[in-house]
Amino acid sequence: MLVEYIPLFLVIAFAIVFAFGTVFSSKIFGPQRPNPEKLSTYESGVQPVGTTHERMSVKYYLVAMLFIIFDLEVIFVYPWAVQFKKLYLDPSVGTTAFYAMLIFLVVFEIGYLYVYKKGGFKWD
Amino acid sequence: MSSIGLNHFLIISSILFSLGVFGVITRKNAVMVLMGIELILNAANINFVAFSAYGGFPVKGQIIALFVIVLAAAEAAIALAIVLNIYKNFNNVNVDEIDNLRE
Amino acid sequence: MTFTVHDLISLSPVLLIGVGILATLIIEMLVKESEKILGWFTFVLLLSVAYLSLILLDHTALVFEDKFLTGGRVNIFFFLFSFGAAVVSLLSMEYIKKAGIHFGEYYIMLLSSVLGMMLISGATDFIMIFIGLEQMSVCFYVLAGFNRRNERSLEAALKYFLLGSFATGFLVFGLGLIYGAVGSLSITEIVIGYETLKTSPLFLTGTLLFIIGFSFKIAAVPFHMWVPDVYQGAPTSVTALMSTTGKAAAFSALIIIFSPIIQAAYPSFFTPVISVLAVLSMLYGSIVAISQNDLKRMLAYSSIAHAGYMLIGLAAWNEKGVSGVIFYLVAYTFMNLAAFGLISLIEKRDLRGTEFSDYKGLGFKQPVLAGLMALTMFALSGIPPFAGFFGKYYVFLSAIEAGMTWLAIVGVISSVISVYFYLRLIVVMYFDNSDEIVMVTPSTSAMLGIMISVLLIIIMGVAPGSIINLINSTF
Repeated sequence: MLVEYIPLFLVIAFAIVFAFGTVFSSKIFGPQRPNPEKLSTYESGVQPVGTTHERMSVKYYLVAMLFIIFDLEVIFVYPWAVQFKKLYLDPSVGTTAFYAMLIFLVVFEIGYLYVYKKGGFKWD
Repeated sequence: MSSIGLNHFLIISSILFSLGVFGVITRKNAVMVLMGIELILNAANINFVAFSAYGGFPVKGQIIALFVIVLAAAEAAIALAIVLNIYKNFNNVNVDEIDNLRE
Repeated sequence: MTFTVHDLISLSPVLLIGVGILATLIIEMLVKESEKILGWFTFVLLLSVAYLSLILLDHTALVFEDKFLTGGRVNIFFFLFSFGAAVVSLLSMEYIKKAGIHFGEYYIMLLSSVLGMMLISGATDFIMIFIGLEQMSVCFYVLAGFNRRNERSLEAALKYFLLGSFATGFLVFGLGLIYGAVGSLSITEIVIGYETLKTSPLFLTGTLLFIIGFSFKIAAVPFHMWVPDVYQGAPTSVTALMSTTGKAAAFSALIIIFSPIIQAAYPSFFTPVISVLAVLSMLYGSIVAISQNDLKRMLAYSSIAHAGYMLIGLAAWNEKGVSGVIFYLVAYTFMNLAAFGLISLIEKRDLRGTEFSDYKGLGFKQPVLAGLMALTMFALSGIPPFAGFFGKYYVFLSAIEAGMTWLAIVGVISSVISVYFYLRLIVVMYFDNSDEIVMVTPSTSAMLGIMISVLLIIIMGVAPGSIINLINSTF
């Protein structure tokens, strides 16, 4: 049974060898002439500002949380959209499918407006 | 054994469920406890999806899983808000140190 | 799936509260200082929902693709939730000002939790129960921690959230197993396939996990650990809401799930489980409540004991038992609302002052409040002729009828124990004295709420027959 997986293992082994090989070959064969300019974070890019461990405002969590909630609630639209044509042509459902989603979106929008009015999206 | 069937999914979901319960019981950090709860909910999701795929039931299982995911997100949002306020007031999010009641 | 006019009329209590929630949201975002009007707006809205559910008592309809039932017993629950929450909104108006949490969002959360409860009680599909339960619980988590500068409130919210969502996890996992065994979460399909499901370990495990999840919500021993801390720490008006209507909603779910299962085969696999939960809750609640010094904590333990009495009705499972449980839930709701309403009045500005020692000599300083409190305590301890007595009477009677006399005897023993700690408060109020002056300015709204509850306790005690007949007529 494991025989089926041999090509997979071969690919994985090749990938590992290739990745490490290319990284280390440049270290081994390439010329090494370090200077301060070359060792800086972005050699020819912008000057780095501060450290990576910068403190974020708590507001950031609020925006992130709101994003997750709204993002996940939109999940319900996908199955509806996929099935919409079939539902619409089904005489027992008909336009109900459209109005049901309309009501959902109106409720959703009122929630969004509430957050907007209360300043939930303001960063500072 | 050669093909993956319903039992494999059930075993995975049971393992996830047990890990979740273990996490809830042993962890002190409120956020870690929350992660344990999310594990339990996701174990249930695997069950729903696996049963609906292998049991020959209509797609309903996947839809139920969607509901569980959305409600879990709502719970997580509330939880993080509570934990944030706990941290502001107690400077700490350890469950066993937040124990002023009972006195 | 199309709606007929009949469906829409039957659904109107639910639709009204849904539209009401959106209206409160819009008022909250458009009107400045909206919290001043939202209190009364919520009260009127909930009252009209209660009125609608009563007049639509015999408008039975199965809507949302057979997932939601209205009319009959369901409408009795609708009435209980909306009327109880209306009383809570009366109790809250002044209290949340005192506690410094006077925001419009409080009422939005209150209304949303009531919508969640309604979804639970009308469900004919497990997924509906789950959605309703989550909506209710999430609102309760927020309400418990509403006082976000108060450490006790936050601690209560954290504990409630962690244990509550742990219970939800069990419940969802159980639902997953039930789904696997049945192929659907619809209760009618479970009834159809019950003969084969009865022996399916998948189904039984799933239902057991489901019961465990709900035992957390109704605060039955051994799933009660969150109750005392949460009831004590949460704002008193919130405790009033979740200890009464919240518990009633969880019980309505248990009634829904047991009705088909036990109708199909009695005595069922679950009767011993429920009996054990009942005995443990009654005895544990009554015994531990004796040693409490905080009134809210004492009522929390007493609420565990009350959950035990109500579980007797479920264990006995006959028509008398179920209507007894519903009667008990109504009685318990208004007894607890009166008690917590009085506590919220006497509570001090810093949310202290809920200890027994704070009630010393209250009988002379605040004769009206103390009198009402004494009456409520008599009712809670089950002394006739108040509502609490008949609640217990119907439940115990159903147990005897079902041949479970021992369960009724344990119930009686536990009620006798519980008389001690209820009467202890009365003794403290009338026979102890202290020089401390209790400054209470009873607000009109809170007094109105307390008066309504007390009046209902007395009416239910004087004329229990007509109410139990009303409940029986909905079967």
